[in-house]
Amino acid sequence: MPDSQAVFFWLLAALVIGSALAVVLLKNIVHSALYLFLTFVGVAGLYILLHAEFLAAVQLLIYAGAIAVLIVFAVMLVRRGDIRLSNLYSIHFLPALVVSLVLFALVAVAVGRQLWLGYLAPPPEEPLVSLARNFLGEYVIAFEVAAILLLSAIVGAVLIVRGRRRSAP
Amino acid sequence: MVNFGLLYMEIATAALGLMLLAWGLLVPKRERQGIAYLTAAGLLALLALAWCTRGAAGTVLPGYTIDLYSIYFKSLFLTAAFLATICSFDYVAKMGFNQGEYYALLVFATLGMMVLATSGELITLYLGLELMAITFYILVAYRLDDPKSAEAGIKYLLLGALSSAILLYGFSLIYGTCGSTVLREIGKRISSGQADFALLLGLIFVIAGFSFKVTAVPFHMWAPDVYEGAPTPITAFLSVGSKAAAFAALIRILFLGFDNQAFLWLPLVTVLSVLSMVLGNLVAIPQKNVKRLLAYSSVAQGGYLLLGIVSASLLGIGAILYYAMIYVFANMGAFMAATAFYNNDRSDEIKDYAGLARRAPLVAAVMLFSVASLAGIPPLAGFPGKLYLFSSVVARDYSYLWLALLGLLMSAVSVYYYLQIVKAMYTGNPAPQKGALQVSRGMEVAMLLVLGILFFLGIYPTPLTNYAFKAGETLFMP
Repeated sequence: MPDSQAVFFWLLAALVIGSALAVVLLKNIVHSALYLFLTFVGVAGLYILLHAEFLAAVQLLIYAGAIAVLIVFAVMLVRRGDIRLSNLYSIHFLPALVVSLVLFALVAVAVGRQLWLGYLAPPPEEPLVSLARNFLGEYVIAFEVAAILLLSAIVGAVLIVRGRRRSAP
Repeated sequence: MVNFGLLYMEIATAALGLMLLAWGLLVPKRERQGIAYLTAAGLLALLALAWCTRGAAGTVLPGYTIDLYSIYFKSLFLTAAFLATICSFDYVAKMGFNQGEYYALLVFATLGMMVLATSGELITLYLGLELMAITFYILVAYRLDDPKSAEAGIKYLLLGALSSAILLYGFSLIYGTCGSTVLREIGKRISSGQADFALLLGLIFVIAGFSFKVTAVPFHMWAPDVYEGAPTPITAFLSVGSKAAAFAALIRILFLGFDNQAFLWLPLVTVLSVLSMVLGNLVAIPQKNVKRLLAYSSVAQGGYLLLGIVSASLLGIGAILYYAMIYVFANMGAFMAATAFYNNDRSDEIKDYAGLARRAPLVAAVMLFSVASLAGIPPLAGFPGKLYLFSSVVARDYSYLWLALLGLLMSAVSVYYYLQIVKAMYTGNPAPQKGALQVSRGMEVAMLLVLGILFFLGIYPTPLTNYAFKAGETLFMP
């Protein structure tokens, strides 16, 4: 009897990789954005397989829900449907292909030969509780730094988008 | 019980940044010049705090250790931020907008560097790196009316995001093989001499990711454009602060996490160092723009600093610490002179520097002695720094002698292009309609301070040397 988890994993992996390739290779930016949405959903599925249901919900809400929609909005505002209009020269397609394939082969060999310790760790009993404990316990510095990082990013985004005020002396 | 009191430096810096942000919104527009002085005073107070509490030591959380090594780097970042703030007074006032946010972001970038240099745990380390990088993306694009600045910002953002992705992938491979993100734990779990392919790949990715930040060739492509387009004080801060922070983290990762894997990363670092020294120095020769020239010189300086890692010894790490501090003063001095010139003449071209010595003797002298220190000419502070770096490589093994000789040769090459600026300043004739340079009092004091430090540490380097080597030692204490 085939392992149902393995079947789901390979299906989801194919979905994620296929749609990620479509994001990069399609000429129409709107199609790319829609496939990006599909990639996010596939990754959320992988999180469920790893028993990280909360992370999956966050992934769906924030990435698939908010970020994908934001990207579609950005595409709508820029109004350049064809990628060739915004990316004028892309002459290094072949070298890029070779380099990425070689890198892919290297990573595949490395990942294939390794005994991953992650397999051995059982999922936590209460994922949400352990997540909260880690955020405000062992990783509290990272958590607080992330807060300041987001504040800076928002300030910067507003500054740069609003541009120079005409009333400045 | 976790001792959060040891985080006083980080907390105080964050508080200063948040206060500046609020201040910028509350104070009426005419009185905002005060923010610059407040920032400078705040950074100076933090620097004094770091000096007074340099004996503080202890572990806050697994991997986050306060020791002399981290305090040394914190003082270095605060010094750089302080000089960059003084450098920004006129520059930002002339831009005339959003001053509060500018200084707040500068302080947040400093905070990011502090976390990056202190953390011995990969997740916290990464967030520190991102805090530093994201604030710099904004600051680089700060000249909103200049398309060059916007181009620099976008380039830095795209390449920075790429380098972060590579770095994170490396971290994930390391975590996957070792099952821990704490560097000392990783160091314990890797058995010596075992060449794990996934681990090797992770290590290569991590070194590549950090090479972007320390502008090591061949990951330096972004530096000249970004350095040229960014506001000059930010270029100065980026070239010294961001580089020193990346070095602090790289040393921690390589020596705490992968000490017994040195046979894997040593050849890589050697190649990066050689390429940076050779390419950085040779490409700097034909440059016509001062900021581009200093960008390539900064690539070359990164190469010299990597020599300290190649030596893989206490001597080498102490030499890096010493040289990084000297580099702050020398590079800041050169950029301060460039800022003072730009504030008056709105130009960064070397040919426009003609006759600067007659228009502004102090600015020209600061530029002269700063680049002389970068080139490593005695009796300036850069000389003992380079001496320590080169001798640390030779002390490791005489078969590395060629590396030190190459460094010496390339330093000799660097004298040529540094002297091109000096030649323009001292032998050229100024355009007849140009009068004396207007330099603010604060900037003059800072320039004199930098000059004094460059000479003092060149003639009597012992105090800083002792401090740097003691700081390097604490890295290896359990």
